[in-house]
Formats: sequence, structure tokens, C-alpha cells
Amino acid sequence: MKRTNEKVAEQFPTFQILNEEGKVVNEEKMPKLSDDEFKDLMTRMVYTRILDQRSIALNRQGRLGFYAPTAGQEASQLGSHFALEKDDYLLPGYRDVPQLIWHGLPLYKAFLWSRGHFAGGQMPEGVHAMVPQIIIGAQYVQTAGVALGMKKRGEKRVAVTYTGDGGTSQGDFYEGMNFAGAFDAPAIFIAQNNRFAISTPVEKQTKAETLAQKAVAAGIEGIQVDGMDVLAVYVATKEARERAINGEGPTLIETLTYRYGPHTMAGDDPTRYRTKDLDSEWEQKDPLVRFRKFLEDKGIWSEEEENEVIERAKEEIKAAIKEADGVPKQKVTDLIGNMYETLPQNLQEQMEEYKAKESK
Amino acid sequence: MAQMTMIQAITDALRVELKNDENVVLFGEDVGKNGGVFRATEGLQDEFGEDRVFDTPLAESGIGGLAIGLATQGFRPVPEIQFFGFVYEVMDSISGQMARMRYRSGNTVNMPITLRSPFGGGVHTPEMHADSLEGLMAQQPGLKVVIPSNPYDAKGLLISAIRDNDPVIYLEHMKLYRSFRDEVPEEEYTIELGKANVKREGTDITLIAYGAMVQASMKAAEELEKNGVSAEVIDLRTIAPLDVETIVESVKKTGRAVVVQEAQRVAGIASQIVAEIQERAILHLEAPVLRVTAPDTVYSFPQAEEVWLPNHKDIVNKANEAMNY
Repeated sequence: MKRTNEKVAEQFPTFQILNEEGKVVNEEKMPKLSDDEFKDLMTRMVYTRILDQRSIALNRQGRLGFYAPTAGQEASQLGSHFALEKDDYLLPGYRDVPQLIWHGLPLYKAFLWSRGHFAGGQMPEGVHAMVPQIIIGAQYVQTAGVALGMKKRGEKRVAVTYTGDGGTSQGDFYEGMNFAGAFDAPAIFIAQNNRFAISTPVEKQTKAETLAQKAVAAGIEGIQVDGMDVLAVYVATKEARERAINGEGPTLIETLTYRYGPHTMAGDDPTRYRTKDLDSEWEQKDPLVRFRKFLEDKGIWSEEEENEVIERAKEEIKAAIKEADGVPKQKVTDLIGNMYETLPQNLQEQMEEYKAKESK
Repeated sequence: MAQMTMIQAITDALRVELKNDENVVLFGEDVGKNGGVFRATEGLQDEFGEDRVFDTPLAESGIGGLAIGLATQGFRPVPEIQFFGFVYEVMDSISGQMARMRYRSGNTVNMPITLRSPFGGGVHTPEMHADSLEGLMAQQPGLKVVIPSNPYDAKGLLISAIRDNDPVIYLEHMKLYRSFRDEVPEEEYTIELGKANVKREGTDITLIAYGAMVQASMKAAEELEKNGVSAEVIDLRTIAPLDVETIVESVKKTGRAVVVQEAQRVAGIASQIVAEIQERAILHLEAPVLRVTAPDTVYSFPQAEEVWLPNHKDIVNKANEAMNY
């Protein structure tokens, strides 16, 4: 008997609520959000688009360091985050700084992380999140552990993590989901499929037709979502959260999305591997454009309001950069002091050495 | 006091800590109902429940990630890696993640994890079971690496390791598990991490060893004594961080030293010890500091262990070489 891939892929159709024109195509799944909540979602997306534009500019001026552009992924990143509660635990990848910021990481700390300052990794009290993960896949196995911890404590919380399409090829991607499944742990795994891992198209990662179907290997729920549709991403995450806190185990959510910018600001040039046609095809799917239309049709969004958000974003970014500039420079003694609770012999000795050096 | 093998002392330490701290959780491949492939966790699931002592899917990297995640939720994880040769599967979780967490979070998140794992040769295990890979761990800032050589130390060091608020790699030599018994107090006690133990006092030469090489060094010291050479034997107990003070103090007294390890010459931590001695005590040395190690090949096939692994005769020969330099 031939097991066909088609039959598997058929179980993972793309979930959509808003089409590219901002029209509701799935009334039944329409989330019951208040006007203020709809506007809050739009505010976050606009703000984050500006944050991306400003971050790229600041990076070019040398006022930021490592930066992975986010434009295009606002619905995927913020729609999913909007479905979470403050107490949920976030395990972001390196491109997932926006979720961290909306989860409570102050903007100036996000900038410090970009520059490479330890204070950027110091989450404020009550912000349940890990520092962005550079090792692709590591956040997935850790998420299984965070979620199991919540389950053992009997808490109604979830652990949420993100990776990209390339990341689904890692062993840790599979192990993380499989562990969470075996322990029925309250975890949400999000694979943001922006079609490229640096220059490698998703077709070179796997022959699987969807990434969502990789959930089958772990025996967990999987869903493919239009990642440019903020409402669909929100609903998929919300439902996954409900299942998780009801003890029904983890979910893998694949969001079909796109990054308009380069992979990172460290010299990647997407014109080497992406066509203009593909770029413009995805620009027409811009999550901001369709959600703006939706809100304008409802009569709850105006250009004026959007400009207010833009101005506020620019001002706050300016203030945050200034605040980051004011943070004291790192000293080797700081770095040594952050290694262990009690310094071992070798570091005690080196601490004295650098104290002397720094006092000169 | 009770007579215990090293494996019994380990089980006892785990029981003490499971009882003491409800956040202590034990997990790994076959550590639950089965009680571990060496019976190190025997009876613990029955006594403390599946919530505290549990089996995992067969994936070392996942086990490492599980430990990290549980630690963020206030647990004190004691995961097991069935054989330390399998550490390559979980190198990122150990060296790339838990070792760095306190630092990368600016001292706001710590990882009170004790990773237990058996290693060591002389019992004819199949491939990738006996390899001495402690050198890899010792090179990673943020970790502590503990290797007990007897039942008494095993219990006290394991209790300390579990109570430590930073990650500890606790390596258990398979040949020492049941090879002899020792007086072990039934009550709890701790042995400070990072502190070596002078097992035998001597005046002519210092033998610095850890793991199964401690016993071999003790045996060598007895033979040397017969020929009028008084050897001081130091059991490192913790190989990272090194107790350089104790080592240097001894070498300054004896003027000669041999570092003994089961690992290959390019591996282990012998070279680090030699470097520390030459930086701190060169004017006290009567001879170069020599090393007893395995040859720089892949770990021996089981049938060749006897000719491949270093033993007390190699130590005697090397000590005599240093004496007659």
C-alpha cells in the first residue's frame, strides 16, 4: 500500500480569517475581540514595523549591533503573542525580539541585547522569558522542560517558542515537540515559515509539503496558518493555549509568512537569492495592509491614529537608544561576577587581577 | 556508619536530597521503574513517586533541554546521561546553554542542575561507553566537574553538587561502582566542591590523580615506599575548578610531581595541571612534571583495555623516572 503525501498534506490546509483585501472569509472562526483589542493589535503591528525600520537605520549608523529584520512577520509574531497571558513563558529565537518587547522587555534592553551588553539579558522581575536564542532549535527542547515544569506545578500557564522554516530541520526541533508530546506538556511550538533560511529556500529543507505536518511525527496537533493574517494567527494560538492548559498537550503552528528585509544586517543580500516577483507577491500580502482595511471598514482606524502610533514609536525608540547609551560600559570584573554564585579559585584570582587593571 | 559500595553511596545521596528538597527531580533513560542501568536510582521512584523520578524518551539533547526548562521553573534537576560517551548528543544543552545561562542573563537566571553520568574503562563495555571526556567539560566556563574515587567522597560530593546553584557534571567511574566498600555515614554530610584531598602524605614526589587512577596511584605509592620513595597522593575530586592551592603546596614540599589520568594524553586535564605547576612552582622543581595517560588513540577495543589503560605499574615507572631525573 502506498501512503501518499497528499493525504497527509490534506489534513493541514491553510487556516485563514482575513483575505488580502481585509475581508472576513471565515466568519465562524472570527475571534470575539473588542474594538479596543482590535486597535491594540494594529497599534502593536504598526509600532513594530516602525521599530524594524528604525532598527535597520540605527544598525547602519552603527548605533545597534546584531539585528534580524522583522518586517512582514508582524502578524505571525504579534498575533501569536497577543493570545498569551502575562504569566506565560516565552522562549524566543533571535528574530523574535518584538514578542519579548510586548511581553515586557523594556526597549532599551532590547537595544542593549543587540549591541551585546549583559544588561540586555536581564529580564525585569515578572517578565517570564528567556534571552533570544542563537542556537537554532535549542529553544525547542528547553520549551518542553519549561512546559513540564508548569504542568508539575499545576499551573494554568503555557510555554511558547518560535523557530523558522530552516530550524525545522534540526534534531532539537523534533526532540522538543516529541518530549512535550510524551509528557503532555502545555507547550506551543511556532514555526515561522518565511520561505528562506538565509539563502536556502524551504524546498531545500524538506520534501514535506507543509511544515505543520511535522507534528504528526510527535503525535501532536499541527496547524498551518496564513502568517500574514493577524486574526488567524491569534485564533490558532489562542486555541492551542486552551488545549494546552486543559491538559491536552502541545501544538505545532506553522505560520506562512515572509521577511521583507535581509536575513540579518550582517551583510546578507536577498537579491542574490530572491526574485523581485516573489518580493512583490508577498508585499501584496502585507499583514498591515489587510488589517488596516479591515479596521477601516469597521470604522475604528484612521490615518491620524496610525500617525500617532508612528510618532510615539519614533519618540520612544529615540528615548530608548538614549537610555541604552547611558548604561555603564561592561568591565571584565562584571563578566567574572556573573559566572557563578560563588567564584571558584581560578576566577577569584582573575577577579583580583582585573580589579587591579581596572583601577589603574 | 554503614559499609557501602560507591553506587550505594550515590543512591543514598540521591535519596537524601529527594527527601530534603521537593524541587529535586531525577530523570533520564530507564532511571524510573527500572532503577537505572546500574541500579543507581533503585527504589527511588517507588519511594518518591513518578512525579519526582521519571523516565524520558531516548534523546540526550531533549534530556538536557528538559533540565534547563525545569530549572527555569524553580526545580533542581538531576538528569542522567546513560553513558558519558553519549554526551556529544547533548553538548549544546550542557556547554552551549546551561553553563552560560547565569552569565547570558546577567546573573538573573541560574541553572542548579547536576548531570550524572557513568564513564571509565576496565569493564569491557562496548564502543563509546568508557571514554574519558571530562576534559571537554573542564574547558567550558560555567561548569563544575566532579569525579569521586570512593563511596565516602561520592556521597558527600553528590549532595554538594545537587545543592550547588550552578551546573555540575558528576562523573561516576563504572569500575569503581562495586569494586570495593567503604565506611559511609548514614546521615547527610557534604564535601566542598573544588577542594582536593591529600589521600596519602609523602615527602619525595606528588602523584596527582582522579577517578580510577586514584586507587592505581595509591597502589603505586605503596610499591614506591618499598623502594624508599615517599609519594604524596592527591585525589582532585573536582577537576574543574582545580584546587591549584593544594597541588602547588604539595609540589613545593616534594619538588617532584606526576599527573595521572585515564584519558588520552591530548585529553583529560593533566596538561592544565602541569601548566599551573610550572607557572607557580618552577623554582621548587627538581625534575619536569611528567604525565601518565592513555595513548592518543580512540578508546581501546574491549579486549585491548589491559594493554591500553594506564595502571599502577605505569605510575611507578613514571615516578622513578622523575626521581632519577
